Amino acid sequence: MSDRSNLIYCYDGSFDGLLCCVFESYEKKEIPADIFSPDTEQTVLLPQKEIVTDPQKSARVLISIPKKMGYDALDFVRHAYLTCLPQKELYILLFLRMGFRFGPSVMNMLADDVVNTLFKAVKHLTNEAHLLKGFLRFSVFNGALAAEIEPKNIVLPLLAPHFRERYPEERFLIYDRTHSMALIYQPYRSEIIAADDFQMPEPDEEERSFRELWRLFYRTIEVQGRHNPKCRMSHMPKRYWSCMTEFSTDKKSRQEPALLTGGAKLLPASKMEPPHQS
Amino acid sequence: MLKVDVFDKLKILTDAAKYDVACTSSGVDKKASRGGIGSATACGICHSFAADGRCISLLKVLMTNSCAYDCQYCVNRRSNDTPRAAFTPRELAELTINFYRRNYIEGLFLSSGILKNPDYTCEQMIEALRILREEYRFSGYIHAKAIPGADSLLISRLGMLADRMSVNIELPSQSSLKLLAPDKSKHSILTPMGYIQNRIQENTTDLVKYRHAPKFAPAGQSTQMIVGATPETDFQILNLTEGLYHKYKLKRVFFSAYMPVSTSSLLPPQGTKPPLLREHRLYQADWLLRFYGFSANEILDEGHQSFNPYIDPKCNWALSHMEYFPMEVNRAPYSDLLRIPGIGVTSAKRIVAARRTGPLHFDGLKKLGVVLKRAQYFITCGGKIADGLKITQDAALRSLMSDTALGMYRLGLPETVPEQLSLFPQPRLTQEDVQKCLTGQI
Repeated sequence: MSDRSNLIYCYDGSFDGLLCCVFESYEKKEIPADIFSPDTEQTVLLPQKEIVTDPQKSARVLISIPKKMGYDALDFVRHAYLTCLPQKELYILLFLRMGFRFGPSVMNMLADDVVNTLFKAVKHLTNEAHLLKGFLRFSVFNGALAAEIEPKNIVLPLLAPHFRERYPEERFLIYDRTHSMALIYQPYRSEIIAADDFQMPEPDEEERSFRELWRLFYRTIEVQGRHNPKCRMSHMPKRYWSCMTEFSTDKKSRQEPALLTGGAKLLPASKMEPPHQS
Repeated sequence: MLKVDVFDKLKILTDAAKYDVACTSSGVDKKASRGGIGSATACGICHSFAADGRCISLLKVLMTNSCAYDCQYCVNRRSNDTPRAAFTPRELAELTINFYRRNYIEGLFLSSGILKNPDYTCEQMIEALRILREEYRFSGYIHAKAIPGADSLLISRLGMLADRMSVNIELPSQSSLKLLAPDKSKHSILTPMGYIQNRIQENTTDLVKYRHAPKFAPAGQSTQMIVGATPETDFQILNLTEGLYHKYKLKRVFFSAYMPVSTSSLLPPQGTKPPLLREHRLYQADWLLRFYGFSANEILDEGHQSFNPYIDPKCNWALSHMEYFPMEVNRAPYSDLLRIPGIGVTSAKRIVAARRTGPLHFDGLKKLGVVLKRAQYFITCGGKIADGLKITQDAALRSLMSDTALGMYRLGLPETVPEQLSLFPQPRLTQEDVQKCLTGQI
């Protein structure tokens, strides 16, 4: 029977690396006290063990997860890896060890501390991703869309399918300021890349007008007799506000916003041609 | 009509539409076709929240706020002196697409005042939706108001373009309608509602036969009622709601606390506070009808026409049916778990899943999201009640009432807060009554 040792595993921060930690834990019949990624800034006196990422080992673990505990558990672990839970690596390892022991029912053991902690963390991730599907704001620059977000969890992999289905014909970029990552899309492929220091370009006249129109709509839609800022805050916490159009003002805010004349000017270039006739 | 620019139009036509409460984008799953734009998720997405705490999901505007009707409760009534404007269908479609591209909105909520006649108004709306759907190949969410009195062919065309349709009942009884909306009748509202329901029904059969049959209002139909403008009781409103869910298969019934927008002597005077608490209780009861397997008669009855202002309808039901409690959480079926105060749909499902892997205890329940503060009075775990639970009157009161309700209760019954008490003549609740109701059965 393996016991909690006072060893600390150090892995390379990748999902495969984490699976190798699971492999190591079984091979050596030991449970580490903690698992550090290169980002962990902790100095402890416990002995550390470098876990080298071996694609063969990680593949063996990866194949066995759905076999032993089902595809739901694999999805769950992949999501857990994206969360901002402190010590998520250790919790994932403990969860997988439970899964190998109890089988698919591990997903129902909600009253267990390990399972419960991970479930809450994943819930936090999916909630944040869901909110950002709504709160994220694009700006149009030369026909392409760009947005900035500051999420706590790594939400880009969860946002990608949503925005791909929403704007299949657009080119867009979503920059995650917290994790210095960007999701880029052009018809019909997307990629998540590391990106430091992305700066939003200055908005042009048309972009500024639409922002102004949106702020006008936002102010007007409130029923003043029901003013309830507390309720708003609980639905839309303040930490999201900094990236939202309705709470920001453009630097060169002009007194008289541009008059919008109707007509094809507003049609995005790609939409100019008439719909396909069959 | 005055020629005003898009900013002015947007301001006027948003202002005129904001009293409509429905702003959900739920009920349908789809993604953009190649060459198109827009998707929809069944759970709906909120894009922002206004300073009144209400979700902003759709661009909610009127086609025009000019209106031939003179409904007393409405800001857009003919006799009201207010600036009027109208979008052209193309202007509206362009605005929608531009907002949509920037991820400001999930789609369009389009309603309208009656310009010229119902048919003409309906045609204008159809044209706007046609531009969106055909020219922009927009597959985002569209909620369209059926215009009462418009030709059924036009309603049908509108339904083919929209995801959700709604006809507002506004006033929950025939007599109130007659008094306040002389141009409308129960008949003129229920006819399009019934028509839409039939079309949705037919469409489902078509879809079984032909997979690609065009869809008619795939996200279903909804309606709204104004609460507090007329003397209907909570019981009447809730019964009507239940009837609408059963008979017309509505997806949602919305309630809107009446905001005084008129000086008509037939309505509550200007300055009356909107009955927000009453609206809140109606929504709580609505949830009990839709997700918790309650019927209207269980929540209220002839003898109890109004909601208890201090505790929510589910607690209220539990307290007057103590014979069902305490319930054993490790054995009670799902439908019974839903009746326990402090246990909701999510936590009941989790309980059912988690108890398969082993017996549940109180600390486990807490992790599953059960609100033990309330539930502890109604449950046992493995035959035992919660450790150290002392049932005192004060503790029970504190746990079953929300903080605001408790404050209200401590201060004594104020004159202004439970609005419904002043609207309907009924014996005043006394402090003792409330106490009896809250703690008598524990």
